[in-house]
Amino acid sequence: MRAARQRGARDREIRDIFSFCSDPATLDGIAWYLCYLTTGKHMAFYVSFGTVLLLLAITAPAAMAFGFGGAMAARSRIPPVSWLGKGYIAIVRGVPDIAFFLFFVIALDQAFEWTRHQVLCPDWDQPVRQGNDFVVCDAAKLPLGNAPQWVHELYGFGVAVLTFAIVFGAFAANVLYGAMRAVPRAQIETAEAYGLTRRQAFRRIVVPQMWVYALPGLSNLWMVLIKATPLLFLLGIEDIVFWARELGGAKTPRFTDYPHGDWRVWYFLALLVFYLVFTRVSEIVLDRVMARLSRGQATAAGEAQRKAA
Amino acid sequence: MSCWETIADYGLRSIGIGERLLPRSDFTLCQQFVLIGSGLIWNVYFGVLALSAGFFLATTVALGKASSNPVARTLSTWFIFVFRGSPLFIQFFFAYFAFLSLKSVSPVFDPFTTAWAGALVVLFLNTAAYSGEIFHGALQSIPRGDTEAADAYGFHGWAKFRKITWPTMLRLAWPAYTNEAIFLFHATTLVFFSGFPAWQQRGDALYYASYFADKTFNPFVPYPILAGYFILLTLGIIGLFGLVNRRLNRHLPSSVRPKVRFRPNLIR
Repeated sequence: MRAARQRGARDREIRDIFSFCSDPATLDGIAWYLCYLTTGKHMAFYVSFGTVLLLLAITAPAAMAFGFGGAMAARSRIPPVSWLGKGYIAIVRGVPDIAFFLFFVIALDQAFEWTRHQVLCPDWDQPVRQGNDFVVCDAAKLPLGNAPQWVHELYGFGVAVLTFAIVFGAFAANVLYGAMRAVPRAQIETAEAYGLTRRQAFRRIVVPQMWVYALPGLSNLWMVLIKATPLLFLLGIEDIVFWARELGGAKTPRFTDYPHGDWRVWYFLALLVFYLVFTRVSEIVLDRVMARLSRGQATAAGEAQRKAA
Repeated sequence: MSCWETIADYGLRSIGIGERLLPRSDFTLCQQFVLIGSGLIWNVYFGVLALSAGFFLATTVALGKASSNPVARTLSTWFIFVFRGSPLFIQFFFAYFAFLSLKSVSPVFDPFTTAWAGALVVLFLNTAAYSGEIFHGALQSIPRGDTEAADAYGFHGWAKFRKITWPTMLRLAWPAYTNEAIFLFHATTLVFFSGFPAWQQRGDALYYASYFADKTFNPFVPYPILAGYFILLTLGIIGLFGLVNRRLNRHLPSSVRPKVRFRPNLIR
């Protein structure tokens, strides 16, 4: 309700700036495009770019956390824990990622509802799966049936973030596992000679040194993560792909003040350019970070820097 | 209905042979196995054709990127950048709507608005760009001694490329190219979720898996079946590419031959 009122206020503000937009039929040329590109729906389209960036900002650290956990589990000396870590890495990477997205969105949702069902409705006697239906008691529904719209949207977004984190966590786990093993063995042996325990050596020697080995893999992963963001559309989020399809479709004068033909190809061209710029900028930034991290390291890149100086 | 009848009805359903209607209720495990497996025909179709055609374009693009001709170099670099720098999902959407607009210009573009041709073009260009980058990297790391020896023996032009440069490039690139092939097969699952319509519900493996998941509201059966099929497919690719790898490195003693390892750390 409040969101709707705010949106109304925002639209009014925009209309005040572009007061000449009040009668689109009379417009032509640049003025028409100016008005067309500032309609309320276009504003929602621009905001959805923010959704993509927000997803990246939340997913990247979450995937790193999953990855760190997975890598530590895979390194564990307790066999079942190690199997768990290695299995997580192998299974998620061996199957098409999109299948995982489609699977986890339903599976996570059902897992949450089933758990709540067990806790909240202990005296429910019917089975949860009845034929083709998944039935839990009303109190266990997520989000609750009477929840406002924004809770539904937030819940959808949360499940999407968790799905991304699980899938990309496996990739990050693989990179970090490799990086931890790449730290020269002599470093750990020296730490042990100084009487550090295994845990201390891990925290003070392995973790600080592994980043330079992990960065090429992690920057590759970042690129992959950027390019996976359009899959949000498949998880039912109103993201840039959703809006590009929505706004680009042919519009007749009956339903809109701004009739136009099928412009979806131009909207997707814009998305293509957006992603190209985004990946290119990321590439340049990550190259700089790599150069900075290689300084003084005993790697080929560090050696090259020393010779050049 | 026995499972054999289901196989007869739905085994080739994805290419339009057999029972027209998909099962609507009382889904059996057999139906799920058969239909998802039937959809796999499309994944193999897209993967095999895109890969075998893309191989040649990839070689061309890699040579172009490494050439001294500025026009060829710029073109190849941009081609690789555009297809590697943007999501495949967006490329599919863009291509579909582009072909849809071109359809009104000329009927030549009619088949490209359907998946079998349109999506194949996108996958072909996409894999050409990714493998082109791999081949280019391999070209750059051909040992200088090899080309010097070729020069010393009087090899030049086409003969030098055919006998020395190209086989060495393939040898160096093969493990990475194997992973690219695996990922291309995984990427084929995107086709029917990205604009290209599944005509008469003839879709790929993931299309049928998500059909069952939607109908039964139970993702725990169809998706693991799909995963199983893809793991088998992946193992098949590794086996096949391993054979080629052995042939490429047949002059080396077996202990120093590079192994093809399943190391998938690039998605589109």
